[in-house]
Amino acid sequence: MNPSPPYDLTAVRADFPILARPIRGKPLVYLDNGASSQRPMAVIEAERRYAMETHANVHRGVHTLSQRATDAFEGARERVRRFLNARSTREIIFTRGTTEAVNLVAQSYARPRLQPGDEILVTRLEHHANIVPWQLVCAATGARLVVVPINERGEVDPEDVRRLLSPRTRLLGIAHVSNALGTVLPVAEMISIAHAAGVPVLVDGAQAVPHMRIDVQALDADFYVFSGHKLYGPDGIGILYGREALLAAMPPWQGGGDMILHVSFEGTTYNELPYKFEAGTPHISGAVGLAAAIDYVDTIGLDKIGAWESTLLAHAHARLGAIEGLRIIGTAAHKAGLVSFVVEGVHPHDLGTILDEEGVAIRTGHHCAMPAIEFFKVPATARASFGLYTTLEEIDRLGQAIETARTLFC
Amino acid sequence: MDLKDLYRDVILDHNKRPRNFGVLAPPAIGAKGHNPLCGDQLTVYVDLDHGVIRDVKFEGSGCAISVASASLMTEAVKGLTADAFTELHTRVHDVLTRHDAEIPTDLGKLAALGGVREYPARVKCASLSWRTLEAALAGAHAVTTE
Repeated sequence: MNPSPPYDLTAVRADFPILARPIRGKPLVYLDNGASSQRPMAVIEAERRYAMETHANVHRGVHTLSQRATDAFEGARERVRRFLNARSTREIIFTRGTTEAVNLVAQSYARPRLQPGDEILVTRLEHHANIVPWQLVCAATGARLVVVPINERGEVDPEDVRRLLSPRTRLLGIAHVSNALGTVLPVAEMISIAHAAGVPVLVDGAQAVPHMRIDVQALDADFYVFSGHKLYGPDGIGILYGREALLAAMPPWQGGGDMILHVSFEGTTYNELPYKFEAGTPHISGAVGLAAAIDYVDTIGLDKIGAWESTLLAHAHARLGAIEGLRIIGTAAHKAGLVSFVVEGVHPHDLGTILDEEGVAIRTGHHCAMPAIEFFKVPATARASFGLYTTLEEIDRLGQAIETARTLFC
Repeated sequence: MDLKDLYRDVILDHNKRPRNFGVLAPPAIGAKGHNPLCGDQLTVYVDLDHGVIRDVKFEGSGCAISVASASLMTEAVKGLTADAFTELHTRVHDVLTRHDAEIPTDLGKLAALGGVREYPARVKCASLSWRTLEAALAGAHAVTTE
């Protein structure tokens, strides 16, 4: 028998208004949380209340609303600090999302340091957001990108990191959880290997943060990045955590208001951390919504969420694995809550359309991780990714819908 | 909406047993088509004889809609001039995209692509081969739907 959820799943589902919306006349089965998760009322309400009661620009006015907005925005920063267990709010930079955070580090940390022949190390299973920003700085500086391989289960061996670190390696960029395969990487071990060689590490935590508790000090990460919209929060807001000493030594990335102390045409003095990296008016309501999302997952408890998602994953592997012609892509020993798969005779894109007809939302394609998908010699996969509100029955409906597709095609 | 409206028997049949699947050697012209969103990749080869499409083949991989559309296209365009192909391409494009348009009765099996119009995300799949043949005839050698 399957264990029951460690929290009140029915009550939790009622917190997410969109889950009650029928799709094509059927109850929605939302299994595309890896692309973007849904928002609970607490997040929707926090943003609405901010707009109705608090909004003004931050760090600017002496008037009451500006002060309240600043308090809300800086309160959100403190909430993120506590969530990641960072030492200081000076280490928490608001960005538009994971992608912008990686680009900030690439342009502001890596680019000024890179010399021709230097190396950036990434793994084969990275999302394009943790590949292309490094390719851009490599092209600009003559540095090169070196790739840590994966095995046929979609795992990365930390010993390969040790082997590929060289005296020219300037940074290691790794996903905490693979968005395409679900693999949980042994990041703590990889970080310790890189640090022994004096190499700093950026961890792309976009797919990890919704599923497990993150402690950047325990991990000893130099940079840790994630997005709000995969954590039941708003889109357009994300976080760059950076070790203070590294951030302090980095030049600003974008210039504008809020990131300066003094501007003259003879020279400009930049603001202190974290504001040095936050040019222009930030996404204030997004930060408020993100803090509400963090409150929400922390109230349920990320340990409980992770435990339930492990149950869902085991059920999905068993249920989908029993379907004739179905091959699971990514069978790492340690996985987070998603299953990538292909079905013989049914192209993933057709599968996506047929499942949608049944109200089941999944992602199909290369998942912005083309090198990882191509490793498995398939053009695309279907991916079902779970959230804290996913039920065992929904996975059964996914299984039935796949069987319907097979009937149509095979 | 019924799935059988998108995946009609003609579509399923041409997906399972694509016609004119293969390669034409030079001097036939080849062009590659790519749909980066879903990974569909195909190459269309066309053999022209005094401006008339004498033979056409395709190869590659893709979803049922893109494979069936390519297969149906190869059956429909043999013997057409480049101008006649352009005209047919325009009519098929209307069938794929215009909700208000009547499906012409003289399109034969190509009318089976009419279900695609209810699935806007799938229009690119159905049009890839057509755009690739268009590129081949224009002397371009690669086309992408993005």
